[in-house]
Amino acid sequence: MIWLTWRQFRGAAAMTAAVLVVLAVALALTGPGLSSGYSTGIASCVQSDSCKNFYDQFFGTYQLPFLAVSLVVLLLPALVGLFWGAPLITRELEAGTHLLVWNQGITRARWLTVKLGLIGLVAMAATCLCGLAVTWWSSPLDKSAPEELALMAPLVFGARGIAPMGYAAFAFALGVTVGMLVRRTLPAMALTLAVFAALQLAMPLLVRPHLMPPVTGTFELSESNMDHFGIPRHGAGPPDIALKDAVPGDAGAWVLSNELLDPSGRPIAGAGQGAPIEVSTTSGPCAPSGGTGMDLCLVEINRLGYRQQATYQPLERFWPFQWIETGIYALLTAGLTWFSFWWIRRRLS
Amino acid sequence: MTSVLEAHGLGKRYGRRWALRECSIDIPAGHVVGLVGPNGAGKTTLLKLASGQLEPTTGGITVLGGRPAGGRAQLAKVGFVAQDTPVYAGLSVADHLRLGARLNLRWDAAMARERIARLGLAPAQRAGKLSGGQRAQLALTLGLAKRPELLILDEPVASLDPLARREFMQGLMEATVEHEFSVVLSSHLVSDLERVCDFLIVIVDSRVQVAGETDKLLATHYRLTGPRRDPDRLPADQHVISASHTERQSTYVIRTDAPIHDPAWTVTGLSLEDLVLAYMDRRTVENRRVALEVRR
Amino acid sequence: MEISVIEFHLDAKSGLSPYLQLVQQVRHALRLGMLREGDQLPTVKEVVAQLAINANTVLKAYRELEHEGLVAARPGVGTFVTATLTDTSLAAHGPLRLELRRWLAKARRAGLDDESIEALFMTTFRTAAEEDIA
Repeated sequence: MIWLTWRQFRGAAAMTAAVLVVLAVALALTGPGLSSGYSTGIASCVQSDSCKNFYDQFFGTYQLPFLAVSLVVLLLPALVGLFWGAPLITRELEAGTHLLVWNQGITRARWLTVKLGLIGLVAMAATCLCGLAVTWWSSPLDKSAPEELALMAPLVFGARGIAPMGYAAFAFALGVTVGMLVRRTLPAMALTLAVFAALQLAMPLLVRPHLMPPVTGTFELSESNMDHFGIPRHGAGPPDIALKDAVPGDAGAWVLSNELLDPSGRPIAGAGQGAPIEVSTTSGPCAPSGGTGMDLCLVEINRLGYRQQATYQPLERFWPFQWIETGIYALLTAGLTWFSFWWIRRRLS
Repeated sequence: MTSVLEAHGLGKRYGRRWALRECSIDIPAGHVVGLVGPNGAGKTTLLKLASGQLEPTTGGITVLGGRPAGGRAQLAKVGFVAQDTPVYAGLSVADHLRLGARLNLRWDAAMARERIARLGLAPAQRAGKLSGGQRAQLALTLGLAKRPELLILDEPVASLDPLARREFMQGLMEATVEHEFSVVLSSHLVSDLERVCDFLIVIVDSRVQVAGETDKLLATHYRLTGPRRDPDRLPADQHVISASHTERQSTYVIRTDAPIHDPAWTVTGLSLEDLVLAYMDRRTVENRRVALEVRR
Repeated sequence: MEISVIEFHLDAKSGLSPYLQLVQQVRHALRLGMLREGDQLPTVKEVVAQLAINANTVLKAYRELEHEGLVAARPGVGTFVTATLTDTSLAAHGPLRLELRRWLAKARRAGLDDESIEALFMTTFRTAAEEDIA
């Protein structure tokens, strides 16, 4: 049975392997250069205290390949579900060959076991290797990425570590199950894609934020959590502050909610919104004529009691989250697999 | 003699439609059994139940004393050639033989190779490129080389041209002599089965109408032609299968074990085809009557 | 393998059951001298493979022939012709055929067409046969 499964699958496997080998070679050739570029850059910027500029410049240079490889890892599980999972059974049903193979000397359960097991394992191995390779390659970039593309950011998280393996296993089982229910290849592929995409959206939006209770913290305003800080000239109005989705001291944290609090603790602005700060601009540190610069004005604002209040998942939870999320997908995969075995014994013919 | 197939009150329902119902038959071993009936009568359902592709809704079925598809031993005993003889289009002829060798406990590799060679099939040929007749022969080879005790074939020749039909049947019948196994095959055409079967099951409208050895069926069915007479005036041991009347004449097809003495009748035997048609006709007559009653 | 002396064929329109057709063909071949004592009949497998018919049909035909004392089965070898139907009657065929021809010519002159001749012959043949039995 292993021979037959492999014989039917080897074309698709060879094609996928070829694509992945090309990707792996590209990553292996460029990875070390990327890494050394990062370490020399860091070494020099630490001395001149210009690391923020270095990060921006370094990430900007490699943004396109960074997005491209991340996209590959994000799409891979969906492709597995579409092209390996959905047609696995429907192709047999459409050609009637299930009647041929089910009447050889092996049980249907064994037939399905080998098919699911072999191809499922190949899919998992491929995505796992791919995910880890990309994680290794992009680690310098992940360290210098802006907060919306940091390691914990929804789009990037799913393209790193071992989670892609879980997605692939699930997508494959989903494709097979949908195929069994729908019995036609094209509708099965469409439905698989729709369900998988919906779940991949629901996961970071609805589930992942609650995998562990998020941390809530109140922070002084500083350069690291402000997107914008401006004082209108000539006293035309109060200074204006907009927060960015980052928390001081935990670069790369995944900020879930972000608010600017006034001295009484009332939220006056969310993330990205500008809010006027009630501080004297005619005299004191924030007066343009004071000539004291922005830094003292910020000290004054902090002294008055303006704070950032953020709910977030710290960066150090990256690997726990990877394991938990992979576990969830593994459970879903197990459920679908159980169902497909039940269905093939009871209903499918 | 042991039974190859025994069914009691067997039924299969899809949603609200019964594909097969109240099927009780007992087929002794060593026969070539013809399952005949119009398209959609329930032939495929019965065969799929026998091979374990389907689970019955009601009743029970045992094949060679076991539950259909109830494990490797049972699968090894029963061969199945599905309708339109599906094969893997992407695999070669040799791949199919390898598939058979790897997936079966018992596999007669020599026989499979010999058959393929005799049919003139190139082992490297892709199955998708074979003609309908060659594909059917390949599927038959897979069914034969697993050396089953019972080979089930679902409309194996329906889509073949007359020559391929004959070649297929020749191969099948030759194998029955050589390897002594039972065969159940279905067709909607009696002419396909007439020569090869020594046991016949007629199935119409999801019910088994008659089942028995063809010799016995032919010896107990007659056509009576004579002056017009109502069916209730026939002797009690003569079961009317079909009847037609003109103003003066009645023609009956009846089943009886007793000799017919009534001198008013001209008694003739039936060919197998006429016999099957009589049973099919009976159903349509009854349906027509029902339809008329409903309309009133 | 030895080449069979005769080959069977089946006529779907003959109205006779396949097994009787086989019996008749053997008898016919014996009568015409195409089969002689000691000849082997085709094996069951050969007949089945050639005609695509049920093996029991062939077995039944051979049993019938055996019953009539025309053939004998040698287990593991085959079925062989043990008698002949040609001996005395074959010599009489010629004169009888001649007489029949004369009769046919007479019937034509009397205005009978083919169908009438056949009907007349068959009814006479049947009545005569019945009288013989009686």
